[in-house]
Amino acid sequence: MSATGATLADPPPTGTALAPPAAGGTTLTGTWSLVRFILRRDRVRLAVWIVGITLLVLSTAASIEGLYPTQADLDKAAQTANENAALIALNAPSYGLDTVGGQAVFNVGSFGYAVMALMGMFLVGRHTRADEENGRTELLRATVLGRNAPVTAVLVVAAGAFTVLGGLITLSMLSQNLPTAGSVLYGAAMGLFGLLFACITAVTVQVTEHNRAALGFAGVLLGGAYVVRAVGDVGDGTLSWASPMGWAQAARPYAGERWWTLLLLAGAAIVCVGLAYALLGVRDLGSGLVPPRPGSPVASAALVRPGGLALRLQRASLAAWTIGLGLAGVSYGSVGQDVRDLIGDNNAFEDIIAQSGGNLTDAFFTTSLLIMALIAGGFAISSTLRLRSEEAGGRAEPLLATGLARTRWVGSHLTVALGGSAALMAAAGLGMGLTYGIAVSDLGQVGRLVGAAVAFVPALWLLVGLTLVLFGWAPRATAVAWAVLVACFVIGLFGVLLDLPSWVADLSPFQHVPQMPAQGFALTPIVALTAVAAALVTAGIVGFRRRDAGY
Amino acid sequence: MTNAIEVSDLVKTFGPTRALDGLNLRVASGEVHGFLGPNGSGKSTTIRVLLGLLRANSGRAILLGGDPWDDAVPLHRRLAYVPGEVNLWPNLSGGEVIDLLSHLRGGLDRRRRDELLERFELDPTKKGRTYSKGNRQKVALVAALASDAELLILDEPTSGLDPLMEAVFQDTIKEITEDGRTVLLSSHILAEVEALCDRVSIIRLGRTVESGTLAELRHLTRTSIAVETERPLEGLASLPGVHDPQVDGLRARFDVDTAQLDGALKQLTNFGVRSLTSQPPTLEELFLRHYGDELAELEGRVTVSPDGTSDDAAAAR
Repeated sequence: MSATGATLADPPPTGTALAPPAAGGTTLTGTWSLVRFILRRDRVRLAVWIVGITLLVLSTAASIEGLYPTQADLDKAAQTANENAALIALNAPSYGLDTVGGQAVFNVGSFGYAVMALMGMFLVGRHTRADEENGRTELLRATVLGRNAPVTAVLVVAAGAFTVLGGLITLSMLSQNLPTAGSVLYGAAMGLFGLLFACITAVTVQVTEHNRAALGFAGVLLGGAYVVRAVGDVGDGTLSWASPMGWAQAARPYAGERWWTLLLLAGAAIVCVGLAYALLGVRDLGSGLVPPRPGSPVASAALVRPGGLALRLQRASLAAWTIGLGLAGVSYGSVGQDVRDLIGDNNAFEDIIAQSGGNLTDAFFTTSLLIMALIAGGFAISSTLRLRSEEAGGRAEPLLATGLARTRWVGSHLTVALGGSAALMAAAGLGMGLTYGIAVSDLGQVGRLVGAAVAFVPALWLLVGLTLVLFGWAPRATAVAWAVLVACFVIGLFGVLLDLPSWVADLSPFQHVPQMPAQGFALTPIVALTAVAAALVTAGIVGFRRRDAGY
Repeated sequence: MTNAIEVSDLVKTFGPTRALDGLNLRVASGEVHGFLGPNGSGKSTTIRVLLGLLRANSGRAILLGGDPWDDAVPLHRRLAYVPGEVNLWPNLSGGEVIDLLSHLRGGLDRRRRDELLERFELDPTKKGRTYSKGNRQKVALVAALASDAELLILDEPTSGLDPLMEAVFQDTIKEITEDGRTVLLSSHILAEVEALCDRVSIIRLGRTVESGTLAELRHLTRTSIAVETERPLEGLASLPGVHDPQVDGLRARFDVDTAQLDGALKQLTNFGVRSLTSQPPTLEELFLRHYGDELAELEGRVTVSPDGTSDDAAAAR
């Protein structure tokens, strides 16, 4: 490196340019080299995050004008939102909703802040604990590299990335002719919030030995921040001050800017960096503060029972998907009553949602259920593909070398995929039915909407069957299943807008599901979809029984 | 004596590669059979065919009297397997994996399991992702050795173990074979095979090149002799079967084909033997004999084209 031949009188070589002189110098040696190294490793990844989030903000901001063309529309939308606690809990506190800027910030909402946080979390986790976990840090730390250099380097990169991203968010808002002060403040609040979670992750990666656990810890903090501000915003707002997301949103861009709340975010970030340094000083490389929890020395009866392993391996993901779809159902159900108000006189919207006929609320539910069923398709496929990842990871071989028949091994994961698909849709329908039923004081809605949701299950089973056929006959081409799901998405959501020929649209199993509750129940398509799914499953199992198993 | 494993003319292709090219293997019931070959010679492929994980293109394989593909499940209840590369579930503890595999095989002797955990010094509470390679291998070994399977198929089971654990492994295998159980042990570690195995099969490029007891295979090899005589040795080089004689005054060293040992010793006694050490051929030498021509061929490619080794060249293709 450039350090060779340097004398004391020389300016410090690039490798130590960031290091302060004297005291802290040694623990930061090499930071600048690592910064360049991280940028080199992540140049594509970072660019994708930055472009993606910028587009999210830009497209949302650009859509406001079209959705609410007049001030009267904005006033009406503001009033609707103010009266709808669920919408506020979901999105953000209602500041300046009668302005285009306020609406844009509201619609990007907490989701936008969460995405910023995720970017920071993944970036920091990847370059600290993940590297440490698989031994790369050990290799680097054995060279001339200070103890705090890796974490400092990634935070320097994070600070740079969020500065760029915050700037692009500001430019996006300015491009919509929004006021300068609000636009700058919004970009700064978003960027600082992301940086804060990067710094929080720099602390959590010191605590646990594994990156997944560290990201999970930071994720729980993010979820907590979201929930606390949701509860606070629905109430009188006091509780929101306990949440960093509440601080960011309290900046109120376009609605009487409060710049000082940025100081809270920056201060918390600095505290986190100090904490991370302190923890790095007291722990060994490779270890965490919390020793990993030992597992059970013996297998429980639940694990060794038939199908027990498949359930054990998939239970966390099944639970997360079920809760996620249940919450999605809750949020769709909570706005069902207000659909007409929310949409106003927007005819384009109405066309999309009402393509299935019936009254507007039922049509909205039918479309919402379709969206949730398509999302559940992601579970159906990934759960079935667990077979492939187990096989390719070499973990099927020791099982299949015991008295476990191939059919039973496939059957165990298949049961999770088929049963889980049904559970997901039931949860979606239940969440939707409960909130809507409470809103209209008619709990009969629960049964009606659960029924409508479950009608999508045979279409999901068909996806499971298709994935299994790929697994059985073309295990290297299982990714095709995802392409099929993308096609189903395009057909289901944009088929009408794209004016696809009906034979193309009919290729998607979701098109054949009875469009409840907007339309009535029909037995024939349910039976037909189930029969096709059963045939595909059988074909998949036959294929797997005939082929070589292993890598 | 019945055969636990009988394989003849087994062929398995993966696309254009012939992983197994007419392989033969016979393992008698109750013996420890060493299965030797370099990386990529087809050891693991053979084992996977025997386990019914891969389907052979042609040839015959009989395992414990049944067909490995059609009767996979009932056969697997009677055998235990340790894969060459042990992959565990990251969230499951070692103890859970051992119990799971044992239950799937049809039962668990908890006392035996705990005894083995202690002997192999394995902590059953650690999660799969925290185990080192050697410890992952121990998990699979304990699961296999705790079973009462009549056949154990072990694919390089000690490649991640330290010498101390290797000794524990050898002791355990010796105990197992006293019960009359059969072991197929694939390995690179020749000392291990010498210590444990009754018979060996050596394979190369998907074919069996040698098979027999260690004593039988030694017939094909040379014994190293170091001798000190009263008078300078003469006429050593002209004796049949003697190689590389080095005479230094009253001391001499040479290799002799084991079949010609008698003649060589007779010649030595004519010169008054003061001291004599002989070394039996090691498996390393057996190995070198079988892969030596591969090396020779490689060298031949660098220097002159190997006209004289047409047989091996054909086999290599």
